[in-house]
Amino acid sequence: MTSGPTTDPRAAAPGTATPPRRRNTELALLGFAVLITLVAQAIVDLTVTGSLTTELATFGLWITALWTVAHLVVRRWAPYADPLLLPAVALLVGLGLSFIHRLDLAAQQAGSTASREDAPVQLVWATLGLVLFVGVLLVLRDHRLLSRFAYTLALVGLVLLAIPAVLPSSLSEVNGAKIWIRVAGFSIQPGEFAKICLTVFFAAYLVDKRDVLALASRRVMGLELPRGRDLGPVLVAWMLSILVLVFERDLGSSLLLFGIFVVMLYVATERASWLLIGLGLFAGGALVAYQLFGHVQQRVDSWLDPFAYYDGSGFQVAQALFGLGTGGLFGAGLGGGRPDQVPVAKSDFIAAAVGEELGLFGLVAVIIVYLVLVERGLRTSLICRDAFGKLLAAGLSFAIAWQVFVVLGGVTGLLPLTGLTTPFLAYGGSSLVANFVLVAVLVRISDAARRPAAPSGPPKPALGDAPTEVVQT
Amino acid sequence: MTAEIVLQIFRFGFLLLLWLFIFAAFRVVRADLFGGRAGRVASVPPRAAAPGRKKTRGAAKTLVVTAGPLTGTKITLGDQPILIGRADDSTLVLTDDFASSRHARLTNRGGQWYVEDLGSTNGTYLDQQRVQGPLLVAPGQPIRIGQTALELRS
Repeated sequence: MTSGPTTDPRAAAPGTATPPRRRNTELALLGFAVLITLVAQAIVDLTVTGSLTTELATFGLWITALWTVAHLVVRRWAPYADPLLLPAVALLVGLGLSFIHRLDLAAQQAGSTASREDAPVQLVWATLGLVLFVGVLLVLRDHRLLSRFAYTLALVGLVLLAIPAVLPSSLSEVNGAKIWIRVAGFSIQPGEFAKICLTVFFAAYLVDKRDVLALASRRVMGLELPRGRDLGPVLVAWMLSILVLVFERDLGSSLLLFGIFVVMLYVATERASWLLIGLGLFAGGALVAYQLFGHVQQRVDSWLDPFAYYDGSGFQVAQALFGLGTGGLFGAGLGGGRPDQVPVAKSDFIAAAVGEELGLFGLVAVIIVYLVLVERGLRTSLICRDAFGKLLAAGLSFAIAWQVFVVLGGVTGLLPLTGLTTPFLAYGGSSLVANFVLVAVLVRISDAARRPAAPSGPPKPALGDAPTEVVQT
Repeated sequence: MTAEIVLQIFRFGFLLLLWLFIFAAFRVVRADLFGGRAGRVASVPPRAAAPGRKKTRGAAKTLVVTAGPLTGTKITLGDQPILIGRADDSTLVLTDDFASSRHARLTNRGGQWYVEDLGSTNGTYLDQQRVQGPLLVAPGQPIRIGQTALELRS
């Protein structure tokens, strides 16, 4: 450990009373989230089919058991964890399940031949995600352990990212994007896991190198510019995302990875110049990509004017916009709209379904739940005592925020469509499971951050000697 | 007719439920912001501006670092202000993660030294008290910046 925790451990908790663990708050909010999930399911059933089924009871028991287990595990193995992370996730997953169920019903009513129900599948994925959540919390007792495997994880991440690119299209391509591994009826999207591995690596790498990246600089036009050779890592990250874009035709992952890296660089060095450099590189890359690749041009065209391409590439966005417009302020009510009019509403465009049936008020509520999740993550980063944990928490929270922004931007026509999934809400096993792992890591860091300092430290320094407290403003 | 009313109740009731959840979540956030941490900060008793130590009168001549990596460093005081921070052009260059690049300034006004925080992230403390505006520094009174402590000696 050459540059491990740089923070003075004494600075952590000068208070004598142990901070509250707030596990009961978490339990109450989890109960609330489960209640909302069940109410949503019941309303959907009543509105669409006119009757409640016994499946609702099964579903209710299952989902209650799921979150009870999660809560008990956190209570036992991460007792100081942030009380809001889990309830926010529970609400998002529950709403997602309700909307997928609602779209299943719509498909059944339309008499679709391929009437495979996706909601039970998603529930199984959620269960698997929870198993991994528990596994991460049990195995990873100290998040700093991750920094030891940083380079291994980087390799794993890169391999995961590269697999779909080298696989033949028949095994890796769905709807034009080569980001899948399809084996024996299963399809997983390794990029979602690569996101977490690479964020861990970025955090560990930047903790090591941030002094060089922050201090060695020249001042040009009032801006601290880094030395040429220090641009290396950001250029590598940029190249990587370009390669993803070229070989996998995946705008979303490319944007996600580059965004995470640039923001973590900024957080690590406190230099705004990195943001500008990142933005410049992005603009350059975007321009070149637009010139070279047909699929990027198509995306941009149908973003600028979806209705001009209504019969083709703009159809999806146009339908989503119609849906959002129909929803208006208060929505059509759960089960009252026609969200199935949007192609692939379950995965890419679930936000459009939310906007149509719950309206602006509902969609904003969902966004605020994401905001709460991200805020808790960033807060964890602020109060975390070691630099690695700080950076990792900031990076993971930003990943969620960035992904939500890009997806919702795409659905509402603010940004070109990217093909990222709405975390926790959208149908898709890999995304759900990977994000469960992400939250497990956040819970682990927040447990360490909120835990009072070990009692073995100096009991209470003399008054004049007392360390100043780190106060976030 | 009744079905229509029920649907409307569902429609608005569910939105209400969603926002109640957010309200509950915000209450937790608020309790966390103003309950826990604020209480802890306030629990450090601000010592009333160091009542006259033995050497209060008499102009300070040196600034001494009493704790932190630079312990023992002395700076002779003149009329010039003293800049403290991580920036290379500071009078006292700190290597401390808790210090900002321009962290604090000591200025001489009529033979008396005032400490001023330059908008640092983690703050400057004069004798346990967070420096908000310029504060008069008495000799022997500890100024804390991150892990570094300084005091004036006459």
